Amino acid sequence: MSNNLIEIRNLAVSFPSEAGVVQAVRDVSLDIRAGEVLGIVGESGSGKTVMSLAMIRLLARTASISGSIIHDGVDLLQLSDDAMSKYRGKEISMIFQDPLSALNPVHTIGHQIIEALQIHSEMNKNDALKRAIELLEIVGIPRPAERAQSYPHEFSGGMRQRVMIALAIANRPKVILADEPTTALDVTVQAQILDLLKTARDMTGAAVVLVTHDLGVVAGLADRVAIMYAGKIVEIGPVEEVFAQPAMPYTIGLLRSIPRIDTVGSSRLTSISGAPVSPINLPKGCAFVPRCPAASDVCTVKTPELVSLSPTRMTACVRQGEIFALQDAGKLFQTGPVHVAPETTSDEVTLEVRGLTKTFPLMKGVLLRRRTGSVYAVDGVDLVLRRGRSLALVGESGCGKTTTLIEILNMVAPESGTISILGRNVAELSRSERLGMRKDLQIVFQDPFASLDPRLPIGDAIAEPLGNFGMSKADQENRVKELLELVGLNQSQASKYPNEFSGGQRQRIAIARALALNPQIVALDEPVSALDVSVRAGVLNLLAELQEKLNLSYLFVSHDLAVVQHVADDIAVMYLGSIVESGPVRDVFAHPKHPYTQALLSAVPIPDPKIERTRTRIILQGELPSPANPPSGCRFHNRCHVRSTLSPELAEKCSVVRPEMLKIGTGSVACHAPLK
Amino acid sequence: MSASSETVEKRLTRMALVRKRFARNKLAVAGLVILVAMFVLAFVGPFFGKHSWDSLDFFNLLQPPSREHFFGTSQIGGDVYALTLRGLQKSLIIGILVAIFSTGLAAIAGGFAGFYGGKVDRSVMWIIDALLVLPSFLIIAVMSPWFRGRTWLIFVVLLAAFGWMITARIIRSATMSLRERDFVRAAIYMGIPARKIVFRHLLPNVASILIIDATLNVGGTILSETGLSYLGFGVQPPDVSLGSLIAEGTASALTYPWLFMFAGAALVLTVLAVSFVGDGLRDAFDPGSAMGKKL
Ligand SMILES: Nc1ncnc2c1ncn2[C@@H]1O[C@H](COP(=O)(O)OP(=O)(O)OP(=O)(O)O)[C@@H](O)[C@H]1O
Ligand code: SF4
Ligand code: SF4
Ligand SMILES: [Mg+2]
Repeated sequence: MSNNLIEIRNLAVSFPSEAGVVQAVRDVSLDIRAGEVLGIVGESGSGKTVMSLAMIRLLARTASISGSIIHDGVDLLQLSDDAMSKYRGKEISMIFQDPLSALNPVHTIGHQIIEALQIHSEMNKNDALKRAIELLEIVGIPRPAERAQSYPHEFSGGMRQRVMIALAIANRPKVILADEPTTALDVTVQAQILDLLKTARDMTGAAVVLVTHDLGVVAGLADRVAIMYAGKIVEIGPVEEVFAQPAMPYTIGLLRSIPRIDTVGSSRLTSISGAPVSPINLPKGCAFVPRCPAASDVCTVKTPELVSLSPTRMTACVRQGEIFALQDAGKLFQTGPVHVAPETTSDEVTLEVRGLTKTFPLMKGVLLRRRTGSVYAVDGVDLVLRRGRSLALVGESGCGKTTTLIEILNMVAPESGTISILGRNVAELSRSERLGMRKDLQIVFQDPFASLDPRLPIGDAIAEPLGNFGMSKADQENRVKELLELVGLNQSQASKYPNEFSGGQRQRIAIARALALNPQIVALDEPVSALDVSVRAGVLNLLAELQEKLNLSYLFVSHDLAVVQHVADDIAVMYLGSIVESGPVRDVFAHPKHPYTQALLSAVPIPDPKIERTRTRIILQGELPSPANPPSGCRFHNRCHVRSTLSPELAEKCSVVRPEMLKIGTGSVACHAPLK
Repeated sequence: MSASSETVEKRLTRMALVRKRFARNKLAVAGLVILVAMFVLAFVGPFFGKHSWDSLDFFNLLQPPSREHFFGTSQIGGDVYALTLRGLQKSLIIGILVAIFSTGLAAIAGGFAGFYGGKVDRSVMWIIDALLVLPSFLIIAVMSPWFRGRTWLIFVVLLAAFGWMITARIIRSATMSLRERDFVRAAIYMGIPARKIVFRHLLPNVASILIIDATLNVGGTILSETGLSYLGFGVQPPDVSLGSLIAEGTASALTYPWLFMFAGAALVLTVLAVSFVGDGLRDAFDPGSAMGKKL
């Protein structure tokens, strides 16, 4: 007998849809070995989730499934629903991306774990309770006996994911399926959860199937990796080997298109042209043909099968041998320009923010609403942006990045502090001056599906600001054409609606619209985080190119430090409403000084198994505190890993006195600890 | 500025696209043609009849359709052909005008209330609530002496004024959630004035609601108008509308079907045509509809 726990053979899943049959999973054969961590990577819609749901038979009723999934000599696909439910949670358990929807909101956490335990074993209530508390302790819930009485909504996202893991390991399953378990979490919390997942695996000895789109997570955790494209596995093999020498063109492109935080200086990103295909009416041959730089005529005729490349690896590519033999397979793809921090740019400040504060009232009461406190969303933020440079504002969700951006864009006097755009204090602007200034400061939003009016053809959308500032119809036409070409689209697409474009194309349209009025400053609110991994590089390269061409200043808001490393010249790290460290990206990434910056950087997974596995990681305690009730003194003091190494007097100071931003070397840091 | 002559493919604006997509919808175009034909019939048709609507033929009472009286005659010798067309004139105009006014009012009030929020929203909501609790029939009845003898167009205004509130509320809540969307925020940050944001971004995104509302309003108004004419204004006897013809004719629908049939058919045809046009418009505005995909 092999040591395969689960053998998936020729699995195919399809759904009927209005546009045609969606072939979500196409002829997948895969073994899951005992105790291994198998990473499944792929873009949105590539069928990762459908495949893992098929394993526990949780697919929608409309799905038609064929093939077999053999576990312990039993074909799970042939089991009755009743029989299957004996396997679910007992033999195979699942961790979902969104733990809130996976937990029952009307029962306490403890109740749900007890229930899960009692379904599969004859345990009396008391033993089950004891075990539940034990499990909560294992997954790192503080005061587990007490917290077992809480309801899911009383937990933060990270805590809920811990509870999900407790549920998943409750019955010592043989396989744990984790579908994007950390995608909804911040990096510092992601690091905690990944750590916990490792512990859970070691404790139970279960095999873990880790579905994710983050190659860094796979690099750190998985033993083997399977890459999916359009419902098929296109490459599978040991993580080290695949990352060191990918063999299928899609994998090659993907691995080179992702920005990494550890490669300061070389900002070449490979971009894969086109957009991910939708698995409807797929033509014969390889699904990657339209995007593959190595595609030849055979690719459209022969459907590539997943075949062995070496004893440990398999790929699905008809030109497998040739491509694997290539010396530098990366040259197959186009690369973007190298982005060098412009040394020659003027020192002209285009945007300056000093001591910006924004609070939201905290209201209580149903009948008589009164203000019971304030949420300090932004609490003393300083930013300086210079012409032709990019300033990245980074921080975890809820730290106040977007609020800062909105305050700047509103162009009105803030609660306190000053905002100056192109040397003018916005508080002193008249109505008409403010309108004029809107031309100079434009924004690109995070989600290109929300930022374009679904009912306005994109040509009209781009022309809108032009008409608004009085450009003639004929000039508008020329400008729209020019702008579309600038972002790599063409004139003939101007009469289409946004829904006819892919995410990457939509973001290009949003960029074209932002550039319509020739702004000098562009605010970019997480411009690539909603995009598929393989199209991110294209948009990032475009942004870099445009900046050079048009001498733009970018205010780049992001939580993705790898992306920041590639586009930004300067960085400001934000924690709970205020800036804790700022300076040139190069210096901050090489020598982070503030403890939070250090933790943040160390939490970002690097998509390189060798580096990722040998790195020492700073795992922070707890999660971002609520800005309605910020900690005293240094806002970071309750999570700080440096504080415990300080002298008692200094440690006391941390919790009492709020540190000021002090200039150190090329940057500024707000911390009491003595820094080199 | 000279438009460049070598532009291969001209960019189509939204209006051009909507027109094009509407034109591709056969049923919708048929609806529009029928509607136009109804207007032509209503206003040109009477010239081909042998009797005017207010003349009575005492020698032919309750006669079935004939060469002399195309649609037959009524109890008192009125020419049903002339009466039906006369009613059609009134009803078409009343139905369509009221639908446009009341849906338009709902769109504007709801759209601006939803977009601005705050004081504007509170005032609009106050008016809506006030109008909803006021017994509209009673008010109209009290005011009716004043209306007597004035143009029946006042009637259109009144019907619209009392019929927009519910839709306005729906539009308001729809635009309130749209307002939070990034494309609206993007427009604000581009300096687009509120008026344009409401008309260009918000209302097109609730077009389906507006179109359905307007479509239903046409048929609804034509039928309910009779109820109000009892109160002494609107279309007054001896003048007729489709509504009044149908109301009077139903009693003898089985014995003297021509009294009722023609007016009924005209109403059904009008309502059908309007709903075809409405469906067509809705699909033309909605880029997600299957109809539009074929471009
Ligand atoms: N219940 C369903 N009905 C119809 N189509 C479905 C259904 N569930 C999934 N699909 C389709 O199947 C395809 C694969 O979806 P799947 O959720 O597995 O992708 P994924 O790789 O998990 O993507 P993501 O990264 O976005 O989670 C998609 O085209 C999706 O639209
Ligand atoms: S089969 Fe052809 S198109 Fe597909 S990945 Fe290989 S070379 Fe590219
Ligand atoms: S001030 Fe103290 S608590 Fe804050 S980051 Fe520095 S060492 Fe840590
Ligand atoms: Mg998924």
